[in-house]
Amino acid sequence: MANEVCLRTLHLDRPWLLSSYESEGGYEALRKILTEKISQETIIETVKTSGLRGRGGAGFPTGLKWSFINRSAPGEKYIVCNSDEGEPGTFKDRDILRYNPHALIEGMIIAGYAIGGTAGYNYIRGEFWEPYERFEAALQEARDAGLLGENILGSGFSFDIHAHLGGGAYVCGEETALLESIEGKKGQPRFKPPFPAMFGLYGRPTIINNTESLASIPDIIRRGGEWFRDLGVENSGGSKLFSISGNINNPGVFEIPMGTPFSELLEMAGGMKDGYKLKAVIPGGSSAPVIPGEQMMELTMDYDSIASAGSMLGSGAVIVIDDRQCMVKLLDRISYFYYEESCGQCTPCREGTGWMHRVIHRIENGQGRPEDMDLLDDVTQRIMGRTICALGDAAAMPVAAFIKHYREEFQYHIDHKKCMVGGR
Amino acid sequence: MSLRCEPWARTDKREDKENLFSPEIRAEIDKWVAKYPAEWKQSAVMAALRIVQDDNGGYLTQELMDKVADYLDMPPIAVYEVATFYSMYELEKVGKHKICVCTNVSCMICGSENIVEHLEKRLGIKLGETTEDGKFTLKEVECLGACGGAPMFQIGKQYYENLTPELVDSILDSLEQDNGE
Ligand SMILES: Cc1cc2nc3c(=O)[nH]c(=O)nc-3n(C[C@H](O)[C@H](O)[C@H](O)COP(=O)(O)O)c2cc1C
Ligand code: SF4
Ligand code: FES
Repeated sequence: MANEVCLRTLHLDRPWLLSSYESEGGYEALRKILTEKISQETIIETVKTSGLRGRGGAGFPTGLKWSFINRSAPGEKYIVCNSDEGEPGTFKDRDILRYNPHALIEGMIIAGYAIGGTAGYNYIRGEFWEPYERFEAALQEARDAGLLGENILGSGFSFDIHAHLGGGAYVCGEETALLESIEGKKGQPRFKPPFPAMFGLYGRPTIINNTESLASIPDIIRRGGEWFRDLGVENSGGSKLFSISGNINNPGVFEIPMGTPFSELLEMAGGMKDGYKLKAVIPGGSSAPVIPGEQMMELTMDYDSIASAGSMLGSGAVIVIDDRQCMVKLLDRISYFYYEESCGQCTPCREGTGWMHRVIHRIENGQGRPEDMDLLDDVTQRIMGRTICALGDAAAMPVAAFIKHYREEFQYHIDHKKCMVGGR
Repeated sequence: MSLRCEPWARTDKREDKENLFSPEIRAEIDKWVAKYPAEWKQSAVMAALRIVQDDNGGYLTQELMDKVADYLDMPPIAVYEVATFYSMYELEKVGKHKICVCTNVSCMICGSENIVEHLEKRLGIKLGETTEDGKFTLKEVECLGACGGAPMFQIGKQYYENLTPELVDSILDSLEQDNGE
């Protein structure tokens, strides 16, 4: 049972077309809502029942988020879709945009209807030119068919959607930085509260959801909240897109039920490449704490199981690492990323990411000092929970986890000025 | 609530906007301006910078940024802030083809180092440099959201995935050939 929701047009020839989407039940949910005049409360309740949790990384219940908006407040209210897809390891939203853009469009319209929204913006990362063009073409198809824009299907409900292209900045995936970026500023996260539901885009009430979260909405409405929930397991409703990459034979995006054993996902992805052994897995994008391979083989792909191992499901980006890889070198690269991408507003993040990277880099290069391990422990603790946005935590968590599970590799680098793996 | 969210103010608005860019460029920028509320023209700044950068052979100059500021009624400093914050804007001359190689984790463990090494050798430059003939710039970038095709790079608007040294050669060969026009 795969590709049941967001990727359900994938088996078709040119799956991105409106005709393909409609042949798979596309826009049925929107038609039903508009003709039967289904109430906003009913839609939000259905989304709550579905157990859908934010697919952008934080896993916040989508229905609950929608209920925070004051629907009767006058003036503009916005739906913003987060297609910034910047968390290393993640490449699923790109496939939704390329292969099933109408699911996202229908989801955004329904979300707009449910919160009394007036317009939607989809923030697509600037490098995604092909997905952006697909999305624009799909918007045009939907407008031409009367499904988007003024007076949708003659219902009196109007809602338009626009694409916004990013410019290459990971931090813009953070929801308030993303809003700043749409407003034509540099993408620096805002202090919260106020939350976007109160004070969002252009200072107006705004709901921000990930591409996959929104693309899941039409089927939740069409087939029912229970149907979606029962695809998954307790606390993790539905199916989910997993982007699996690394040292495997058949990397790619797999839409599978929540709760699927990791071992099955690994098998779908063709197993380990060239017969090397599974060493470790980063289960939810590069900020998710690493999990040793043996332990990972016992886990299932859902929020609770991954959390029980001290990590997080995040964006569902599974990076599979084989036993040729040096964990110090990996962490060197990961810590460089967060150092590069810190927006610099908060001292613990700006300075801490630099410290972590410099220390890990010198360990990797055989210049580690005996006190470095303690220093790293100390720096991570000084960052976590002390910053405006979660990028600080995202930078510190992998460092803490790599050291926890692979301390001996770091120690070996410090003591012997060389690598344990492969004699480098 | 004392919170405010307002666009940048510019008192000395330029009236002769038609003199700033060609009609084609203006039409393209205006398409973006139309997406946002009327008072939020500045929301189109990222698009405008990209459009003029593409038109200028891949990089921005202060003159171009000032024109974008004039066109969108923004203070120039606000435009510089945007242009310097986002990695896709180039503030120095780049080669005709900018090769953006991902070296983040998934690409790294799938061999992006070999790809970088191969590119550096073939082009005779290091990451961050441009070939003397101005044809190629090599740029290291962060995860481009295509890790399933690691190792990968982007040239222009195009992604190239599952790279091998042989594939890299054939891509560069064909780029060198169409250099005539
Ligand atoms: C540094 C940082 C980067 C993020 N990048 C993304 C991203 O690329 N895509 C995304 O959907 N969410 C990203 N998020 C999470 C968003 O802030 C937000 O929680 C999410 O878009 C909400 O949508 P959801 O509830 O549907 O997941 C990021 C968060 C942080 C702190
Ligand atoms: S935590 Fe880092 S990225 Fe986030 S606002 Fe602070 S400095 Fe910027
Ligand atoms: S790590 Fe290279 S594309 Fe994601």
